[in-house]
Amino acid sequence: MNFDFSDDQKQLRDQARKFLAEKCSPKAVRAVLDGKAPYDRELWKGLAEMGFLGVAIPEEFGGAGAGHLELCVIAEEMGRALAPVPFSSTVYLAAEALLIAGSDAQKKKWLPKIASGEAIGTLALFEGKGNPSPKAIKLAAAGGTLSGVKKPVPDGAIADFAVVAARTGSSGRDGDVSLFLVDLKAGGVEAKSLTNIDPTRGQAELTFKNCKAEPLGASGEGWGVITQVLDRAAVLLAFEQVGGSDRALEMGRDYALDRIAFGRPIGSFQAVKHMLADMYVSATLARSNSYYGAWALSTNAGELPEAAAAARISATQAFQHCAKNNIQVHGGMGFTWEFDCHMYYRRANALALTLGSLSYWEDQLIDRMRKKNAA
Amino acid sequence: MNFDDTPQEAEFRAAARKWVEANAPKELEAELSKSSLGRIRLARHDMVEVGKAWQKKKAEGGWACLHWPKDYGGRGASAIEKVIWQQEEGVYGKLTQPFQIGEGMCGPTVMAWGSEEAKRRYLPKLASGEEIWCQLFSEPSAGSDVAGLRTRAEKKGDDWVVNGQKIWTSGAHYSDYGLLIARTDPNVPKHKGLTMFFLSMKSPGVEVRPIRQANGMQEFNEVYFTDVVIPDSQRLGAVGDGWNVSLTTLMNERMSIGARLATGVPEMFEFCANLMLEDGLAIDDPAVRSKLAGWAVRSNGLKYTSYRTMSALSKGERPGPENSIGKLVSGTMLQDIAAYAMDLQGAAGVLTGDAEETVQGQFQQMLLSSPSMRIAGGTDEILRNIIAERVLGLPGDIRVDKDVPYNKIPTKGRS
Repeated sequence: MNFDFSDDQKQLRDQARKFLAEKCSPKAVRAVLDGKAPYDRELWKGLAEMGFLGVAIPEEFGGAGAGHLELCVIAEEMGRALAPVPFSSTVYLAAEALLIAGSDAQKKKWLPKIASGEAIGTLALFEGKGNPSPKAIKLAAAGGTLSGVKKPVPDGAIADFAVVAARTGSSGRDGDVSLFLVDLKAGGVEAKSLTNIDPTRGQAELTFKNCKAEPLGASGEGWGVITQVLDRAAVLLAFEQVGGSDRALEMGRDYALDRIAFGRPIGSFQAVKHMLADMYVSATLARSNSYYGAWALSTNAGELPEAAAAARISATQAFQHCAKNNIQVHGGMGFTWEFDCHMYYRRANALALTLGSLSYWEDQLIDRMRKKNAA
Repeated sequence: MNFDDTPQEAEFRAAARKWVEANAPKELEAELSKSSLGRIRLARHDMVEVGKAWQKKKAEGGWACLHWPKDYGGRGASAIEKVIWQQEEGVYGKLTQPFQIGEGMCGPTVMAWGSEEAKRRYLPKLASGEEIWCQLFSEPSAGSDVAGLRTRAEKKGDDWVVNGQKIWTSGAHYSDYGLLIARTDPNVPKHKGLTMFFLSMKSPGVEVRPIRQANGMQEFNEVYFTDVVIPDSQRLGAVGDGWNVSLTTLMNERMSIGARLATGVPEMFEFCANLMLEDGLAIDDPAVRSKLAGWAVRSNGLKYTSYRTMSALSKGERPGPENSIGKLVSGTMLQDIAAYAMDLQGAAGVLTGDAEETVQGQFQQMLLSSPSMRIAGGTDEILRNIIAERVLGLPGDIRVDKDVPYNKIPTKGRS
């Protein structure tokens, strides 16, 4: 049994951690939090130079051609550092959609630009309230143009292109949905930034008005691709959540060791210790579930749908749990803008909804487990 | 990243599988396979008797206590080979229950602290199941605070004379030997006045009384000692060093890697997939699905955590602390699952016995038994302390009795 990352992959993780410790300090994250920039351009450039943006993109499309396990270890560090860059939208959503459904020409056009940091991509899926569902797709495609509104679109205001889910049929089934590729700088799309609970990651409303779009993948097969993209992104995002959980736990632990009350470190009180021990339990379960997701993702195993849902649920719960109790351990100081606790709390709760809510993924997991049990 | 055996591991697994296939008591397979959430009852057989037969066969084939040195009845196998063996032994591993305390705790303590003579005399018979061992640590006034124990051992010539009472002793009624920690000096602080011994459970003055548990079953005992004589040659470690010796035992208790911890999740999933509620199957109900998903990921999380530990063992590395979460997670989960399953059964959820409405009272039994899972082998609270202190590095609690002579420590709260 070798249910662990390889030494090379661990080295890559260390390298990413070191790089981010230098280039993505809490101060850098705060610059975006305070609205000084929509994202950290310098960091984005640096990530491209390190080869992190294209780590899972094949060499023929300008990437490093490593693989998803390598992407997982980088994702963990991005989550730990709260990197204020459009990494997940560009790399987990847009690039993966292109890799799954893109034509050779489409891959050649966009993937090298993703790897080099020249293009930011995203997936325009949601149309207001609700979870991923083919029925919720109202944005219409007709004669090669799109009309309708998408929101929230992660990093939609800074993206150069978007993979857009649109309605091309009216049967009420999955086959009604097709995917399109839209160059957001070519006109026909209006982007509006939306305020959200985690200002270190942008959200936007995109309004398409007879916007020119090229099909991505076969017509009527969009929902199948979306499902695959969401499963892959669920695993990758789970690693961000695992990284964030670990950091929130460390912050709580460090504070509990430093802070003296009633004449002793608060970490010597069982009420505080037990809270931190429970955070460790959550973080450990999430890590193990995410490793299984990583295995399924990297081997393209039939278990991926179930593994992705489990990783997503476990990691969402862990990050929310660790981020919220990190504030609790810090007491009043944890509720100040000055302390970093709220940045993790914000990120944890934003990530919890990014690919659809916890209850959506719980539903998915049960369906997928039943399917497996029936088989 | 993969789940494959190395070539050596695969070879070992094939040999183990072949041996189990040829030697296991197949007539018991169906009964053992039935989930009993850690509790085994065989309809027509005595558990200890069939267990002894299986253990003996294993010992003859070289498959008993296989991570122990060959000289002491083992196989000299590696940690990962032991895990592979457990996987291949499968349901028949349940038959080893009477020997687990001996193999997991008493044996390693004798191995670490016993004389060469004692090791050669006792360990092979422990390994082959010929002699069963129990552990005599907990007392009515010393559970989590085991160092506060009161059982006295007093030196009389070359012997020790023991008086006192132990409790929660699994298997004392069928055990041949016991590992006993007793107070030899009450005038020094509590951790410093303890000494470890082993003794024959047939010694005059040893009385075993079964305890009737809250779930109605009798699996544990009280053991009374009245002027029990133990020769000094049966002392393990120095006089006054018993606490240190006990750490060997307790460390081994918590090192049980790949332990088969029941979570109740497979049973609950099947139950919900078949239970018809007013509006349809339980598993189609959003509230049920949410609970079920939460438990499933915790159960999976434990499974993959043990895989991570096994991977470290496979590489010959020391496993990380992640395995310490197992019992803490599964104990609460069993209790919660049982209560929720009964809630779904509605008013009929109170029924036990052969009631059709409650699937033979499976969850009812689980509900009544589950409190012990959160207490035995370290309470949830002690486990959290261990994680907080040993894994996260938080300071230990302030111990008001640490430097106080044992006989000056208050023994009663409200008076």
